[in-house]
Amino acid sequence: MADTNLALPVERSTVAPYKILFLVMAIVLLVAAPWFFYPIFLMKVLCFALFAAAFNLLLGYTGLLSFGHAAFFGGAAYFTSHAVTVWSWRPELGLLFGVAGAAALGLVIGFLAIRRKGIYFGMITLALAQMFYFFCLQAPFTHGEDGIQGVPRGNLFGVIPLGDTLNMYFFVLAVFLIGLFAIYRIVHSPFGMIVKAIRENENRAISLGYSVGAYKLAIFVMSAALTGLAGGAKALVFQFATLNDVTWQMSGEVILMALLGGIGTLIGPLVGATLVVTLQTYLATSVFPVTIVMGLTFMVCVLTFRRGVVGEFYHSRTGRGLTQKDGD
Amino acid sequence: MVLIFGIPLQALLGQLLVGLINGSFYAMLSLGLAVIFGLLRIINFAHGALYMLGAFVGYLLLVYFSIGFWPSLILAPLAVGLFGIIIERVALSRLYDLDHLYGLLFTFGLALVIEGTFRYYFGASGQPYAMPALLSSGTNLGFMFLPNYRVFIVVASLVVCIATWFLIEKTRLGAYLRAATENPTLVRVFGINVPLLLTVTYGLGAALAGLAGILAAPIYQVSPLMGTNIVIVVFAVVVVGGMGSIGGAIIMGYMLGIFEGLTKVFYPEASNIVIFVIMAIVLLIRPAGLFGKIT
Repeated sequence: MADTNLALPVERSTVAPYKILFLVMAIVLLVAAPWFFYPIFLMKVLCFALFAAAFNLLLGYTGLLSFGHAAFFGGAAYFTSHAVTVWSWRPELGLLFGVAGAAALGLVIGFLAIRRKGIYFGMITLALAQMFYFFCLQAPFTHGEDGIQGVPRGNLFGVIPLGDTLNMYFFVLAVFLIGLFAIYRIVHSPFGMIVKAIRENENRAISLGYSVGAYKLAIFVMSAALTGLAGGAKALVFQFATLNDVTWQMSGEVILMALLGGIGTLIGPLVGATLVVTLQTYLATSVFPVTIVMGLTFMVCVLTFRRGVVGEFYHSRTGRGLTQKDGD
Repeated sequence: MVLIFGIPLQALLGQLLVGLINGSFYAMLSLGLAVIFGLLRIINFAHGALYMLGAFVGYLLLVYFSIGFWPSLILAPLAVGLFGIIIERVALSRLYDLDHLYGLLFTFGLALVIEGTFRYYFGASGQPYAMPALLSSGTNLGFMFLPNYRVFIVVASLVVCIATWFLIEKTRLGAYLRAATENPTLVRVFGINVPLLLTVTYGLGAALAGLAGILAAPIYQVSPLMGTNIVIVVFAVVVVGGMGSIGGAIIMGYMLGIFEGLTKVFYPEASNIVIFVIMAIVLLIRPAGLFGKIT
């Protein structure tokens, strides 16, 4: 997309000591969190944060807006649930099965969608995800409207019982950190650089001899697989998989998370997901419908702060002061 | 009983008619979507919500002001068109210089708000809307019963589609519109008010969606969710037809509606997804859509 002007912040490397300090603090906080907050809520936040980060890998770093990521999220939830419930697989294997399923689905949808760019790409992913939704509605293994209920959490590696909430929390936290580390590695690898080059100027990338299609498909499949990791983990946390996770509203939700937090930043989607999940939890007890609030947030976000919370911070004077000290 | 491919003729013709009716709505909606996209370069995700809004304007006019179907046929598109104009002036006009994705995201939020609001006040269930007395009967063709209202929908949508096509392809205003699509700056230099053209275009597209909504009210129920899924089908129709092509949007609207109807006869399980499958196949063979040009 040569004419793209998405409000993407230029990434600057932070002063290294700050970075490590920040990381250590974040991990300490996350480890201590279940003693201060409701663990199920925290696990939900972690799953959606990973989902949003995986989605952002595609939109933020490749410039491809997928409107069909719910298919990978909800699809993986079904695959994992089916594996651990019907085939009695161990949770980690069930999770891997979910990831593999989401990746396979991503390969098919991505193969078709990368044939068009920009806005068409969004519409095509939306339509294909909707097709998957109707498939889930009718396929026998998903149990239609009922979904897969009573998914057992089982024993991790056959020894650690995940029925215990704390064990489950640390398992989800580990999954989350592994997923995030993978995203970090992808973004900062030579492969990630080429993907970003494609985002900036696709024609030039082609002229430099890169097979743009293959790179796009690869990053699409990676994003789908990581989304699957989040979806499978969510199914194990809540012990069910339903149609709700494959709807296009869910695809919209993850876009909102990334947009609200900051597209193209590493932390943005995590902040966005935390905000949205907190908002949903808060509004769940009131009569006021969540969709209206979500829609309004979308509109305000697009009209006023397109960089998102984190993106605006990076762009602000303090943010720039913090990130420009090592002078690049 | 006459059988065709082992299917009773009545069932076949019945589903064909249902398909044609659905196709009429697909055509009207994808036409509006194509017109808006052609000039504004915005994918109007709120199109389904505007369609629902048209039906609700008719319903509310009937309930609170006892205004019947025929006046509503004019008033509902006008109201929805006016709403569209306000939205364009207040918000969309600020997004033209940005990536097109932001237009899609804004209208997505708008759709959530409109649908959420109506769902909040009217619940998720549908409200019945009486058919106009003039068209409530039907004609017996001997081999099948043909409800008059359904014939009216097909005729009305054909008239609307052809009129819009004529307006854009054959009139002076249409020529301005097409020129503004090609090169807005140059058209402004010639003294044509392009921002006004953009506003009018969005209003026109919204009015088309509103008209489809009020036409749909008597046969489908008036429900806050009626536009939710149709908009995605219409997206697929537009991708198959080729995004920039108005004629393609109209033709594919009818054809895919009929295709969907036929699938209901031969393989009902796939009727929900047949349009998406066709879209996937078209993308493999002709990525620009059947009537589109590669840009």
